[in-house]
Amino acid sequence: MSELPLRAQLAAVLGKGAASLSRATGRGDGSVIGGKIALKVEPDLLAQLSRGRRLALVSATNGKTTTTRLIASALRELGPVATNEHGANMPTGHITALANSPDAREAVLEVDEKYLPQVLEATKAAVVVLMNLSRDQMDRASEINLLAKKWREALGRSQAHVVANADDPLVAWAGMGAHYATWVSAGQRWKEDSWCCPECGGHLKRDPDPHWECPECGMRRPEATWSVDNDADSVVDPAEQRWPLRLNLPGDANRANAAIAMATAAAYGIQPAQSLPRLQEIRSVAGRYTSVVTDGVEVRLLLAKNPAGWLESFAVLDPPRVPVILSVNAQIPDGKDTSWLWDVDYTVLRGRRVFVMGERRTDLALRLETDDVPFELADRVSDVVAKVKAESPDATKIDVIANYTAFQQIRADYGRVQ
Amino acid sequence: MSDTSSVLRIVWIYPDLLSTYGDQGNALILRRRAEQRGIRTEIVHVHSSDPVPAEGDVYLLGGGEDRPQILAANRLRADGGLKRAADRGAAVLAVCAGYQIIGETYGDDDDNPLPGVGILDVRSGRGETRAVGEIVAEVAPELGGGRITGFENHQGRTTLGPGATPLSRTLTGIGNDGRTEGAYQGQVLGTYLHGPALPRNPQLADLLLRMRVGDLAPLPPSWGEALHEERLAAAL
Repeated sequence: MSELPLRAQLAAVLGKGAASLSRATGRGDGSVIGGKIALKVEPDLLAQLSRGRRLALVSATNGKTTTTRLIASALRELGPVATNEHGANMPTGHITALANSPDAREAVLEVDEKYLPQVLEATKAAVVVLMNLSRDQMDRASEINLLAKKWREALGRSQAHVVANADDPLVAWAGMGAHYATWVSAGQRWKEDSWCCPECGGHLKRDPDPHWECPECGMRRPEATWSVDNDADSVVDPAEQRWPLRLNLPGDANRANAAIAMATAAAYGIQPAQSLPRLQEIRSVAGRYTSVVTDGVEVRLLLAKNPAGWLESFAVLDPPRVPVILSVNAQIPDGKDTSWLWDVDYTVLRGRRVFVMGERRTDLALRLETDDVPFELADRVSDVVAKVKAESPDATKIDVIANYTAFQQIRADYGRVQ
Repeated sequence: MSDTSSVLRIVWIYPDLLSTYGDQGNALILRRRAEQRGIRTEIVHVHSSDPVPAEGDVYLLGGGEDRPQILAANRLRADGGLKRAADRGAAVLAVCAGYQIIGETYGDDDDNPLPGVGILDVRSGRGETRAVGEIVAEVAPELGGGRITGFENHQGRTTLGPGATPLSRTLTGIGNDGRTEGAYQGQVLGTYLHGPALPRNPQLADLLLRMRVGDLAPLPPSWGEALHEERLAAAL
């Protein structure tokens, strides 16, 4: 901080004051408002706060917050790390994160997909980590083909080392714009947004998975040096050494996130023997995957914001005897358009007890009816817990899958659990 | 239905290019409402590398980003199957980007006109503003009237030629131009109600089915009708 010009120092201090005020008055965690005020005083603040540090930027449609957390944990092997762990992933949040850790030489920042090019340019980040791109809330998000193109161009203008998922064609194509790359075969469950060649539009040949290539222009999956083996719950490193993961976060999506984090850490010289134990310690990320026990029933919270996220959540559901609550809202952060519900295949829920709630539960009801999945309507998680408990006293678990504001509402009911 | 079989064939065109907003919903609801009436169905997915079969009953085209839209239009024009199917009287429902490309011309990202498939007499270009939000419109009386509701998210503005008739009159939202929404010509329908237009408007699904199978037995009201009413109340 002492190396910052006076004006930037003032901006950072003012920003911190506003952040404390925001927290003290209970309006938020302070990440956004602090940065907003600081940026008004010094528009170049992000670039100035980045100077003299080594930054990694993390972006994707899904898994940004979790992977940022994993990488930051691994890099603490080197000393303090500045990071926006609350998920405030636009420049205001980045400024707050950097200003709050003036002595951290390392920084790991989660970056909103749209902001990646400008943040890369401002921060001159050393490392850019890219996991996946798929359809998100399109009344507010950008078209993903356009995003990939902008990523590719921004990487081409930078000297950043990219660590990217070779199995996601759009991400790989974007990553190929960089001068230095580490490719990770991290898998891709949701493929409906990448049947077309990012280069020429041809229909990709994707057999055998995870290989992909374009029969029209020859564009193909880069050779990966790291890979995930989901069946064996392990990661294989470039020396062909196999690392059993045994994470405390569920599912293939988190195995992919962990593989990417291990490959990123290795780019910093931190080998899996050092990084993996740090990843294994993480049990929940900003309330995601948290379990809350009430009346002897463990309620597990899963956040899923788009079709790819729902597909990953279905894959980590407990055995079929465990009921699941689905909750969907359509506020601005969720996207006001619920059309995406029709991109998700709900037939995997057949045979399971399903409850639907949230402001758009009628949309969910029609969607489930169409897939022949019986369901019950509910108003609150606690009502479902009481009902399940009354009918089967030996019930011990309920899973909840909710989109953004629905998730936050449920989390607030439990006192903003982490 | 097809002369060759007693199965209603629902042909989903280019899910790899034109499927961005839950477009699958239209195929699923057509199948459900047909099968509830004892009509057997088959959903055929036609990828952009495959020929479009001419012997389908209902053809569905969804939404897409700018580049996939141009690719889809070029491939459909080169293939010719959709035009042959429409000429023989198949029913077509095209939404959003799909609606634009079945017309005579549509605009690229710089608003240069590009040739469409030409089975609906409409021309689309880019408007000054993006139309995003809930839309409600009053269906043409000759198609049965009533209100339709959906979500629109497009930059396009569409002008109808003499061969096409407005599908509906816009009550809230933009549609073609703020006054009318969608168009039809014979059994070819286009609309800016993107994605799951049929799940949100069961009467529109039945309109398409009737074009191929004639009179339909009524179905008991279900969640589709409940959602329809809920969205109308929310938007008006």
